[in-house]
Amino acid sequence: MKSSVITFPGSNCDRDMDVALRKFGFKNKMVWHNDGELPKSDLVVLPGGFSYGDYLRCGSMASKSKIMKSVINFANSGGMVMGICNGFQILVETGLVPGVLLRNKYLEFICKNVFVKINSKKNTYFKNINNEILEFHIAHNEGNYFCTKDQFNEIEDNNQIAAYYCNKDGKVEEQFNPNGSIKNIAGIFNKEKNILGMMPHPERMIDPSLSGEDGSVFFKNLINNLK
Amino acid sequence: MIVNEQVAIDHGLKKEEFKNICELLKRTPNITELGIFSAMWNEHCSYKSSRLHLKKLPTKGKQVIQGPGENAGVIDIGDNDAIVFKIESHNHPSFIEPYQGAATGVGGIMRDVFTMGARPIANLNSIHFGSPQHKKTKNLLRGVVHGIGGYGNCMGVPTIAGQTNFDSSYNGNILVNAMTLGLVKKDKIFYSKAAGINKPVIYVGSKTGRDGIHGASMASASFDEKIEEKKPTVQVGDPFTEKLLLEACLELMAGDSIIAIQDMGAAGLTSSSIEMASKGNLGIEINLNKVPCRETKMTPYEIMLSESQERMLIVLENGKENQAKKIFDKWNLDFAVIGKTTKSKRIELYFNNEKVSDIPVNTLVENSPMYDRKWKKSKLPKKNIIKKENLNSLKIINVLKKILSDPNVCSKEWIWQQYDHTVMGDTIQKPGGDSGVVRVHGTNKAIAASVDSSAVYCWAHPLTGGKQVVCESFRNLISVGAKPIAITNCLNFGSPENEDNMGEFVECVQGIGEASKYLNFPVVSGNVSFYNQTKEEGIKPTPSIGGVGLIKDYQKMITMDFKDVDNIVLVVGKTEGHIDQSLFARIILNEKNGPPPEVNLFNEKNIGETLLKLIENDFIKSAHDVSLGGIITAVAKMSIKGNKGINLIKPKFLINEIEYYFAEDQGRYIIEVSKENLKKVSDILNKNAVHFDQLGTINENELYINDKTKVSIDELKTSHTNWLTNYMNK
Repeated sequence: MKSSVITFPGSNCDRDMDVALRKFGFKNKMVWHNDGELPKSDLVVLPGGFSYGDYLRCGSMASKSKIMKSVINFANSGGMVMGICNGFQILVETGLVPGVLLRNKYLEFICKNVFVKINSKKNTYFKNINNEILEFHIAHNEGNYFCTKDQFNEIEDNNQIAAYYCNKDGKVEEQFNPNGSIKNIAGIFNKEKNILGMMPHPERMIDPSLSGEDGSVFFKNLINNLK
Repeated sequence: MIVNEQVAIDHGLKKEEFKNICELLKRTPNITELGIFSAMWNEHCSYKSSRLHLKKLPTKGKQVIQGPGENAGVIDIGDNDAIVFKIESHNHPSFIEPYQGAATGVGGIMRDVFTMGARPIANLNSIHFGSPQHKKTKNLLRGVVHGIGGYGNCMGVPTIAGQTNFDSSYNGNILVNAMTLGLVKKDKIFYSKAAGINKPVIYVGSKTGRDGIHGASMASASFDEKIEEKKPTVQVGDPFTEKLLLEACLELMAGDSIIAIQDMGAAGLTSSSIEMASKGNLGIEINLNKVPCRETKMTPYEIMLSESQERMLIVLENGKENQAKKIFDKWNLDFAVIGKTTKSKRIELYFNNEKVSDIPVNTLVENSPMYDRKWKKSKLPKKNIIKKENLNSLKIINVLKKILSDPNVCSKEWIWQQYDHTVMGDTIQKPGGDSGVVRVHGTNKAIAASVDSSAVYCWAHPLTGGKQVVCESFRNLISVGAKPIAITNCLNFGSPENEDNMGEFVECVQGIGEASKYLNFPVVSGNVSFYNQTKEEGIKPTPSIGGVGLIKDYQKMITMDFKDVDNIVLVVGKTEGHIDQSLFARIILNEKNGPPPEVNLFNEKNIGETLLKLIENDFIKSAHDVSLGGIITAVAKMSIKGNKGINLIKPKFLINEIEYYFAEDQGRYIIEVSKENLKKVSDILNKNAVHFDQLGTINENELYINDKTKVSIDELKTSHTNWLTNYMNK
């Protein structure tokens, strides 16, 4: 399986994502934001970080960078595109997924382990995954997902919510919501479910010595689904 | 502007220093030259009050590749890998403008590390604030934490450990000490020594603006009521540009075009150019019209003294300019050839085709003032006599809860959750333990680091305090299973012109030197911050020690959380019941006098080395050093972290129960061992003449004391974790 990770100026989880993808069998290429064409890929990842310093608005300048034309075309033709953290912020700025990401409710950067509940397995990202509840890691300042009522009805009707913040038993309640996201949303899909935007970082959970290993569960399942 | 004595004094120079400058130059300097002298000769850059004493520190060792004198220290960790690290203060700016002050402190120290070719892999910090009740404390704390996070998080470097203290002596002068560790290949280390004549001098990074002019001079003076006017001397940081600068520099360093490289930190272009020339015994010629400026009509004086951030000065090999420029263009950074190296041994500056400065380099460096300041030796205070009946009326559980929720002991999660501590995917021990630990990417090795200070002990007796803080750093590394290698120190003191403060400095340095020599734990880098003083009121002497150690196989790392029910808990090291200067004495007995606990370097080394042997043999399940709050506080923290309880039984000694549990005798650790291994562990400890007591047995979730009183771990956890969050949200 071939993957591509885009490096924007200010990306800082690009290496971590590269390490994770390779660990689970992807042949990964790093792609520079100023390149015109994507290499042939089965999966494109927009990694975390502070692209363009998060200036203007998180993800907004990166969404206009040269490579993104190619990424958008790839996504619109059904290609698998995953945006993690700052990558999710870039995705909402391109409009590939609905909604916006606001500043965290308590106005502070937050870095900790959280639990997320997978909402639907009818997609290539989570199909056949054994665990309903995964322990992931978040590290962000603007992860407070928001959308209009109409948008929310639409994404709910289309089963576009990928994951909710919850506790270890899978309870989705406000007290387990780390950033104020509407309805505890941690990640969403586009209508066709080939594009996933998610705040938590599965690439930081790929080794028992790190914060946990549920990222391994996610990546192993993902590459199997892509085969 | 005409330069005279008064102008020199306004620049922070002393009368005699100005006289000296005129003699060295054989003329009166012009204003640009005076600015350059004031920047190079202030306390912050010249170390004029401290140099004499710093020379006494042990700086060499088998694993030391580079000691003090470069941008950072470098140690060998085997397999052609080396760790570059340093700690630095940003105290004065952080008090004036907490967000930018702290942020640029973090940015500055990271630059020091990547200037040497190393990719930063971990950040740490030691921050000290005034009393929690002081009106400024909360905002300063919030601003500093946001600033540290704002810069480090954006750079994508994990903040893995730190220390936060509160004491009313910091009411008017907070401390912000930032430390960075970087990883480099031993044969790809870069230095600041220029070499060769007619080599191009290159400016890269951000443009030069009017921010931070006289920042280093500001940091070399005490505060007074005009402090608000000093805001313009605080630099403004841009972590995004620094991230680009990091990547661009490392890309350029992968080739072979750099002769010397130096970041522009304190005193900006002035100190960076002079340092490179001085180390290479060369001259440097700069055309100031070529310096990229952010603002119009900047004068030579402003250009030379600006402390705009995210800038580097590089001496390149001839003919490599285009190749280098391509890299900086790719990263959208300024790149300008601004001058060349010369054989004149002078710093010659041109502006609008006029020579605006011409100073022999040695007058700025070797001839800079060095003072043997008067200092007063401190006496060891007399021991307090504590009445036993005062102790017997106390309830241990209540005292423990009070200590666990004390601002200096309570959980600092509110702080470190705002720092990205897991980016780079190698953090295997997060903040909240004895040391932060990161793997050396792609290897089985890991690096442990901690930062410590014990201002109360240093204040009570500087010599003992200096020793103690080095030992504490040593213990924090041992506790995670790391072999201590070297330290960096940040020496925060009041005015060196005051004999008492100078005495504190001299004796703390002596203590640090003695301990680091004995423990084979040399000082490889550091900085001195004097004048942490508002009018006559100085801070408690606060040397911060950043310790670095190596774990050869990261699978053997130890954490402090209790692991398994029925395991046995030991306290290693002898408990004599030293209560003076303990947290217990201060907050329960309200007693502030008396000597700090004694430090026995022989025991310290022996116990540390013995524990490393036990860890090597997989005998230790969890470990934690005993510090503030004594044995029971250490045990309670291990219980809280591991969600396990313990049945504590005090050994039958003559000392009182309270003294046993709350004393702060040095050189002690709590360790957890399995029942099966207890005999072997006892044998090894006995064989090495290490004293230990059996403390108790781990249970499900309650702390029992002598089978009489008990408290649930959840209750202790609440005491421990809530204080800071409640305080910040009030």
